[in-house]
Amino acid sequence: MVVPARAVPEPADSLKADSVEIIIAPPTSPVVSDFKYDDGNSLILTWVPSIDDLPVGGKVLSYHIFRSDNGGEAKKIAELIPGANYYKDEDLYSDTNYAYHVVALSSNSRAASFQTASIRPQREWVNLNLKYLFFIALIIAASVIYFIETAKRGKKLFVRKIAGLEAVDEAIGRATEMGRTILFIPGIHDMDDVQTLAAITILGRVSRVVADYDTKIRMPVARSLVMTAARETIKASYMSAGRPDAYNDDMVNYVTDEQFGYVAAVDGIMVREKPATIFLLGAFFAESLILAETGNSVGAIQIAGTARPAQLPFFIAACDFTLIGEELFAASAYLSGEPKQLGSLKGQDVGKGIAMLAILLGVLLSTIAAVGDTETITDILNFITRVFTVTN
Amino acid sequence: MEHFALWLAAFLTLGIISFLYKDNAWYKLTEAIFVGLSAGYWFVTLFWDNFYGKFWIGKGEHAYLYVGAFLGLLMLLRLIPKIGWISRWPLSFIVGATSGLWLINYFSSNIMKQVQATIFPLFSSQYGAGFDAGAATVIGNLVIFLGTFTGLVYFFFSKEHKGAFGYTAKVGIWVIMITFGASFGYTVMSRMSLFIGRIDFLLSDWLGMIL
Repeated sequence: MVVPARAVPEPADSLKADSVEIIIAPPTSPVVSDFKYDDGNSLILTWVPSIDDLPVGGKVLSYHIFRSDNGGEAKKIAELIPGANYYKDEDLYSDTNYAYHVVALSSNSRAASFQTASIRPQREWVNLNLKYLFFIALIIAASVIYFIETAKRGKKLFVRKIAGLEAVDEAIGRATEMGRTILFIPGIHDMDDVQTLAAITILGRVSRVVADYDTKIRMPVARSLVMTAARETIKASYMSAGRPDAYNDDMVNYVTDEQFGYVAAVDGIMVREKPATIFLLGAFFAESLILAETGNSVGAIQIAGTARPAQLPFFIAACDFTLIGEELFAASAYLSGEPKQLGSLKGQDVGKGIAMLAILLGVLLSTIAAVGDTETITDILNFITRVFTVTN
Repeated sequence: MEHFALWLAAFLTLGIISFLYKDNAWYKLTEAIFVGLSAGYWFVTLFWDNFYGKFWIGKGEHAYLYVGAFLGLLMLLRLIPKIGWISRWPLSFIVGATSGLWLINYFSSNIMKQVQATIFPLFSSQYGAGFDAGAATVIGNLVIFLGTFTGLVYFFFSKEHKGAFGYTAKVGIWVIMITFGASFGYTVMSRMSLFIGRIDFLLSDWLGMIL
């Protein structure tokens, strides 16, 4: 809804009058418009600065922004420096009408602009700034579906060897031969972390082998939801192995949400039970080295994996095998060989292929454009840059 | 009372540190106290922050909070074995919603923004300026470009690491390992400062040896 613009009286302020008043021209053409592609809570106010607002010798010292809500009294909401010509007003309500005016201030006088039309922030259902992201996601999604269907038809999809995962069966076999426990640590984050999801997916495969070999598995967790998900996963594995009676809930137990309390307990379990194999997969923080070092000291074979770059060096230093970042997410597909997971992995590779191609082409064209600056090359370059620029 | 708290803190600190020698009764005691206290603390915190602070206070204003409360209630059905299977529904919701939300976040930050930030002229300070960049800038540009590209090649799973592709992937893993080495050193230093903090507590606050 738009209400016609009207002139506003200058609100009272605390400026003191000097003996010689420094007269300044008001800012002009204030226009308020909706901020595009938001949740209906922002407006953009623009204006032409006062002609007395000059970089050198200017008389304007600041601009004050005044806002009137639903035709009420205008209140000051912001102070801006000289030279400013726009203001983004946030945290607004989509059911309220807002009108603005701008006041320029000199050392002892003020000049107000006209008041803008009154408008409401609009909520957009589709964020067109993300259209390229959508299209690329669509290509990857289509690739995932294509590869899943291809795998379902029985065609073998190639996935290169991942060293850490080749060792999973061997590590479980070692624990079986030694008659010792397998310790599975899924990190300290909850189920809303994709690394925990990856860890739980790998747990499905590990627990299936554990059920087949009749090995013991122990899984202390730091989050109650992870405990529930892990129990469900292990239970399903034991059922699919045809040994539901061998499963019990005590395989997974909650310790505490407190980071170092959890670490103290897991360290205690490691030195007392001396597990033959330890999996450290998921989201880890400062506890990564403490856990990996303790596991190393008890002679366990350790397979670790996380997507947190700051913790990976510790796992690489103290563990036998480490899944680096993306390898953690690829692990479940690699281990299971299921069409759905393999298709997802291959689809993600299509995404990486697009990224590699864009980087290669972008850098090449940028380097040429920096010397020649030909129009065609610049146009292609601008297009590539625009495609990969994400603005919310 | 203050002295008692100080001595207790020192006793517990030394109990945890005693693990460096070997597992012992002192460590077991401090571990049990730490785990028990923290589990209780988190229960109370989560109850007041989430159940009371978010749901109970906000339920009048935000009706959607009832959806969360209902899903939470379904989780508790695990306690009734006959209908315990219903607790899989909220779990499925969490896993599905998490995957969907992170898909866009990861896609935006790990692919789109990364690619956009890696597109620049290798030997120039700006477009149309010719090959005017200094040696340090050129080296920096090459490291960013080759590091990102070869790193991507390493994480490409659909092709065997053989031949030229294999060599490129090898460069990628070297770049990654060098990065990890630098990160290792940086983090070890920050851990040292934590250790120094505890030693400082023992020597100054507890024993008064450092004033």
